[in-house]
Amino acid sequence: MTGIQPLAAYALALGDDALILAQRLGEWVARAPQIEEDVALANIALDLLGQARTLLSYAGQVEGAGRDEDDLAYLRDDRDFRNVQLTEIPNGDFAVTMARQLVFSAYQYELYTALRNSADETLAGLAGKAVKEVAYHRDHATQWVLRLGDGTDLSRARMQAGLDQVWPYTEELFDPADPASQLPGVAADPAALRPAWHAYVTAVLSEAACREPEPRWRSRGGRDGLHTEHLGHLLAEMQHLHRSHLGATW
Amino acid sequence: MSQPNDSGQRGWPLWEVFIRARRGLSHQHVGSLHAPDAAMALRNARDVYTRRGEGVSIWVVPSAAIVASSPDEKDPFFDPAADKVYRHPTFYDVPEGAKHL
Repeated sequence: MTGIQPLAAYALALGDDALILAQRLGEWVARAPQIEEDVALANIALDLLGQARTLLSYAGQVEGAGRDEDDLAYLRDDRDFRNVQLTEIPNGDFAVTMARQLVFSAYQYELYTALRNSADETLAGLAGKAVKEVAYHRDHATQWVLRLGDGTDLSRARMQAGLDQVWPYTEELFDPADPASQLPGVAADPAALRPAWHAYVTAVLSEAACREPEPRWRSRGGRDGLHTEHLGHLLAEMQHLHRSHLGATW
Repeated sequence: MSQPNDSGQRGWPLWEVFIRARRGLSHQHVGSLHAPDAAMALRNARDVYTRRGEGVSIWVVPSAAIVASSPDEKDPFFDPAADKVYRHPTFYDVPEGAKHL
């Protein structure tokens, strides 16, 4: 069992990132600035949810303890979640959400690009499909950061404030994490994704007339189950129906 | 609620969306949407109108750029065609396999 656990943990970490961000983005539905943006954010959320379902199902399968995607999504407590804190922080205003989308989708783009060559067929297959979805997510966020950053004085100030708010959570994406380091050839080394990610986001920021924030602190520990106070509230909303009616079906 | 074509501060301009379902067909009007500029209109159209694989190509056109016939002109515009049966291709058989005529 110990031989395959890192793979289950790795799939779980990537799946939790996608699941928690999908839930966050879903909060924009019916609240976005325009109905068209409402649909765009819901599409992105559903893409992430699809990735999460594949990854959590696979994590459960590899673990071999009989847990399916629903058990993993709905019946774990916050300390058992392995997502980075970036994905759980509140949406803030639209600029904060777009800053987070830029950071995360640019990261996921490099991640899935690398995972297409994974020795693990399930991960490689998922990555091949997901990289196309994420390319669109990244483009969507880029378009908005450019327009808000290079817009009016007010929109630039708010875009910069959004970036400042999100940036302390970026380095956590590239921390060496245990499951990845134990899976050479299968997992993508997080640190190796950073140069391409950084080149992309800084190019966008410079075109958007924004500066790359230099935060004085940084988040840590999401991959070890250490989360912000916000995750518990998110899970309460996401899980309460399933937990109140165990085994219920539509 | 902003007026259509109003590009003032409160609303985004309106765009008409045309989608080509597959190669060989012409673009068909599918609806309209709001977007701040052409690039975003194209992306919004992708999200709103092609979620189920409806298209291979999208056009967006500012609604303000469309010149439309007026209901008042309906009779002089369209009625004269009603009794000219020879304008309709009903006097020969359409070969089997010729689709989308």
